[in-house]
Amino acid sequence: MFSNIQNQLFNNHILSLSQFDRMMLEDLIQAILYMKTHGMPNALSGKVIGSCFMEPSTRTRLSFDVAIKRLGGHVIGFDNNENTSSRKGESLSDMMCVISSYVDAIILRHPKEGSAYLASQLSSVPIINAGDGSNQHPTQTVLDLFSIYESQNTLDGLTILCVGDLKYGRTVHSLIHALSYFKVQFIFVAPEGLQLPQYLIEDLDHNHIAYEVYSHLEKAIPQADIIYMTRIQQERLDDTEYQYLVTPYLLKKAMLKKAKSNMKILHPLPRLNEIELAIDHTPFAYYFQQATNGMYARMALLTLLLNKQAHWGTLT
Amino acid sequence: MNSIKTTVHQVEAICHGTVIDHIPVGQGLKILKNLQLLESKTRITVGFNLPSKIMQLKDLIKIESRLFAKKEADKLAIFAPNATINLIQHYKIMQKDKMKLPDSIEGLFACPNLNCITHDEAIVSKFKLLQQKENTALTCIYCERRFLQNMLKMI
Repeated sequence: MFSNIQNQLFNNHILSLSQFDRMMLEDLIQAILYMKTHGMPNALSGKVIGSCFMEPSTRTRLSFDVAIKRLGGHVIGFDNNENTSSRKGESLSDMMCVISSYVDAIILRHPKEGSAYLASQLSSVPIINAGDGSNQHPTQTVLDLFSIYESQNTLDGLTILCVGDLKYGRTVHSLIHALSYFKVQFIFVAPEGLQLPQYLIEDLDHNHIAYEVYSHLEKAIPQADIIYMTRIQQERLDDTEYQYLVTPYLLKKAMLKKAKSNMKILHPLPRLNEIELAIDHTPFAYYFQQATNGMYARMALLTLLLNKQAHWGTLT
Repeated sequence: MNSIKTTVHQVEAICHGTVIDHIPVGQGLKILKNLQLLESKTRITVGFNLPSKIMQLKDLIKIESRLFAKKEADKLAIFAPNATINLIQHYKIMQKDKMKLPDSIEGLFACPNLNCITHDEAIVSKFKLLQQKENTALTCIYCERRFLQNMLKMI
């Protein structure tokens, strides 16, 4: 029963997936479901949120902005650091001290890993990490988790096939961490040199999570309930390397003939060519619904962060 | 022929102070540097590569006129997790403690992740410590990256 939600996020920071446990994630999923079906127009009434993006962003920034407005709040801030005092050499520490005195919460995207944690040590209001370098992007993981739940009606008993840049992709690292609280198994398919880091393999072993490593994408597809595609950053490879290494890991419509009927494809976006456009119109494509869920996930998180006892309805 | 039992100290005994014993070979110098005693007037006696029944070879440090607090000594456990701290008064061991790895350590190492915010801001580095079999793993509380101790350089 959703009305029993335990709000441990009130007046807290959202910095990393490591601060969540299974119960908190389940409560969050219910809160997002409520936002999607009912909304909560006055949850941020009278609140001002600082949106501090010191690195480019499209979906994350806009979905946060829209989420705040749909909850009745106001947003101030900047979408790059060109017109901020950081260009004059102001430290992030000083900037966070000042901005936190103006607003009720701060959404921070910053190119340096650990920037959100630092901000949380200095800010008098909650910090939401909207991506700190290649470290964490917890709101993306929450929306990914919700999209898996929404499309499969469960988070247990699923086989998650992760494809692409598993070495540098922070979204896939965080998702693996979050899904480790549930009874899932993973299949990893990645080009040579972009495989999952050893420390994450050790974590899976430590948590007794089953996983397999496949070298052939098409052979792994029939087992998958979810295919989580990631972008391979072309700038990491020269053109010849890219063609040679990456082409076998691009998802084509023809590869999906033996896919399970419930299988859904997710991608944190932006995509390049890793998902063939022809897949967009198949029932397997779920990445645009996933992007939409970003707005509802951020609505739920903001509401929990700034309302000790929101008047949640009851969902059964 | 009568045998004569003699106690021969490998390093000169101290009257009052602290002896850090059973330090793994090669770690003694790092501990000295961390203690920041090399620049002070404190009288220090060190022994490197001394024979040891338990460790075969060991390093040893004797610090005159200074009694280490347990918490202070535990900071050194990162270099010598199995070392012992002996507090000496009037040439006698008054207290003997095994070092215990602390939960976290501040301001000792730089984060090896060059994109970590600790390299850009005037802040003190901090790592959470975890003993993994024979290695100590350190996780930067800022960037959350995990490193083995031998990957870290002292500040």
